[in-house]
Amino acid sequence: MGIENVIFIIILAAAIFMFVKSIRRISYNINLGRDFSFTDDSGIRWKTMAKVALGQSKMTARPVAGILHFIVYAGFILINIEVVEILIDGVFGSHRILSISGDFYNFLIGFFDVLAFAILLSCIIFLIRRNVIKIDRFQRPELKGWPFLDANMILVFEVVLMSAILIMNAADLKLQSLDVIGYHHVGSFPIASFLVGVLPDSEAALIAIERSMWWVHIIGILIFLNYVPFSKHFHILLAFPNTYYSNLKKKGELDNLESVTYEVRLMMDPNADPFAAPAPDAAPPEKFGVEDVSDLYWKSIMDAYTCTECGRCSDVCPANQTGKLLSPRKVMMDVRDRAEELGAYKRKNGVDNVDDKKLLGDYILEDEIWACTTCNACTEACPVNNDPLKVIIDIRRFLVMEQSKIPSELAMTFTNMENNGAPWQFSPTDRLNWKDES
Amino acid sequence: MSEMRIKTMAEMAANGEKPDVLFWVGCAGSFDDRAIKITRSLVKLLNAADVNFAVLGTEETCTGDPAKRAGNEFLFQMQAMQNIEVLNAYEVDKIVTACPHCMNTIGNEYPGLGGNYTVYHHTEYLQMLIDEGKLTVEGGEYKGKRITFHDPCYLGRGNGVYEAPRTLLSQFENELVEMNRCKANAMCCGAGGAQMFKESEKGDKEVFVERTEEAISENPDIIATGCPFCNTMLTDGVKHFNKEKEIEVLDISEIIKPVKK
Repeated sequence: MGIENVIFIIILAAAIFMFVKSIRRISYNINLGRDFSFTDDSGIRWKTMAKVALGQSKMTARPVAGILHFIVYAGFILINIEVVEILIDGVFGSHRILSISGDFYNFLIGFFDVLAFAILLSCIIFLIRRNVIKIDRFQRPELKGWPFLDANMILVFEVVLMSAILIMNAADLKLQSLDVIGYHHVGSFPIASFLVGVLPDSEAALIAIERSMWWVHIIGILIFLNYVPFSKHFHILLAFPNTYYSNLKKKGELDNLESVTYEVRLMMDPNADPFAAPAPDAAPPEKFGVEDVSDLYWKSIMDAYTCTECGRCSDVCPANQTGKLLSPRKVMMDVRDRAEELGAYKRKNGVDNVDDKKLLGDYILEDEIWACTTCNACTEACPVNNDPLKVIIDIRRFLVMEQSKIPSELAMTFTNMENNGAPWQFSPTDRLNWKDES
Repeated sequence: MSEMRIKTMAEMAANGEKPDVLFWVGCAGSFDDRAIKITRSLVKLLNAADVNFAVLGTEETCTGDPAKRAGNEFLFQMQAMQNIEVLNAYEVDKIVTACPHCMNTIGNEYPGLGGNYTVYHHTEYLQMLIDEGKLTVEGGEYKGKRITFHDPCYLGRGNGVYEAPRTLLSQFENELVEMNRCKANAMCCGAGGAQMFKESEKGDKEVFVERTEEAISENPDIIATGCPFCNTMLTDGVKHFNKEKEIEVLDISEIIKPVKK
């Protein structure tokens, strides 16, 4: 073990330490939400996760992005096998340690070589889609600034990482063909072999290239690892638990608020004493609906951290498509950004303290909330089974039940329902008149 | 026009009878002039199949769907509990309705409040009657027409019913064309989630105009749907494009006609 390996181990340990810290930050922020336990059949949940996250079943609804994404996703997972080798080599100073597995290793390295090129190509096409073709859903207002830069940075990162692998492989191959000590004849390099010609012939230069690309690749991966928890790219981890905790009910169903059920039952109970004082040990009445991220269930915040800002939801949202302010993607991004802000404040000032901002008003506006038709196009389109509709309905509940802030026509509708049992002003005694009309 | 046979739950209970299914008419089906025609068409089909059904009549009230989707959970649960009380008192177990919003609310949201019923959309129920040989239908004047079906959100995405309406339309010769956005990808007509009862938010287009434009681009003679709200929105859309002379917006129950036995 040389000085190189010691440096490597220190960098690796620091990277893992920082990554764990980030995971704890996100976990803290998700847990700002209200508790909710899932008690139903975990079999269906595992299946949903296998299908939607592992199997990418909803990505292919848009075939071009779906296939390109599949290449990058599968490549990312498989190339991690090579990263295992890189980690072992880095710690122990070996070179291509897994080559002891012989022919299978040669096949694997050849396969990764092709995969690295396929990922590189896919990422370049993704960059072109965003920056040259300027696909509409990547140019929407909520993506201005950091989100747009974030997306490009992720792609550039991957381009650099894959280029490093390919150049490293090419240098290794050339060193092998020169019979340089330490570079035994292993691996197959169907793509990198094309690069051999452009590399210098000097042995020292080749070793320098091979080593520096090795370092660029692994340091790049460790930097990327620590970039991901600050980026929309965190979906690579959260997509799995998030799809496990998918809404498995029929999409049309909204949850019934239990706190309201209690009140309504009391109201309809002829034996209840309307003037009774609450029991001395009774908990304070629950807040209805959602004003801030801490009123959401934790799953909605997990949704927000899983969101990768692909915009498929907003692209199919009837309100968004007709120029209204509502964008389900923005709702998700707002929840995440507000959770980051509130989480940071609480970690600094103590868990019981809150700043003077709110999700509703400072991030999401009433005009957005009221434009939703609850059509579920967004939840159907989301490749990671997010539920922006849940957040929208929960905010409406707060507006109506806590603040009585209702569009005036809806106030009329409510009154009609209360007085006539119908949203329009018809007499309930006329309900069967259709029998005699024609 | 043949006389309709309609009994109320109260009448049946008074005679010691129990219907096989309750027809939940809904507010639109009861009060809206256009939706009343749909209600009456459905009754004729049920009568033709000799279905032993009843309606609640004046004992029916709004399911609470618009209140729930507008965030007024109190009002929703008050409506729901009243309805559940009535339905349970009559020991109702099967319900058919021509409104996907009522279907969704009663079928999915009432169970948690003590109301457990099997709820069918009328297209599902009619399909069952045909499968059981109790009903035979034809296209009548709509035979040979070009038809496009608009999936109501609460029927399709909301409850996964995509085939029943299409199978009903396949009962007679016609040219069924699908819009680009159909089934799970269908676009909303714009009036779910309590939008029916308020002005839309500021934008550059109305949702119903966008959806009707898509339907019209298929050059249909008929835009078929299975929801009173969709019917209203698409009818407005057809008027917006001054196409009401060429294109009819009809509920499936108005398109298929019972064959006299």
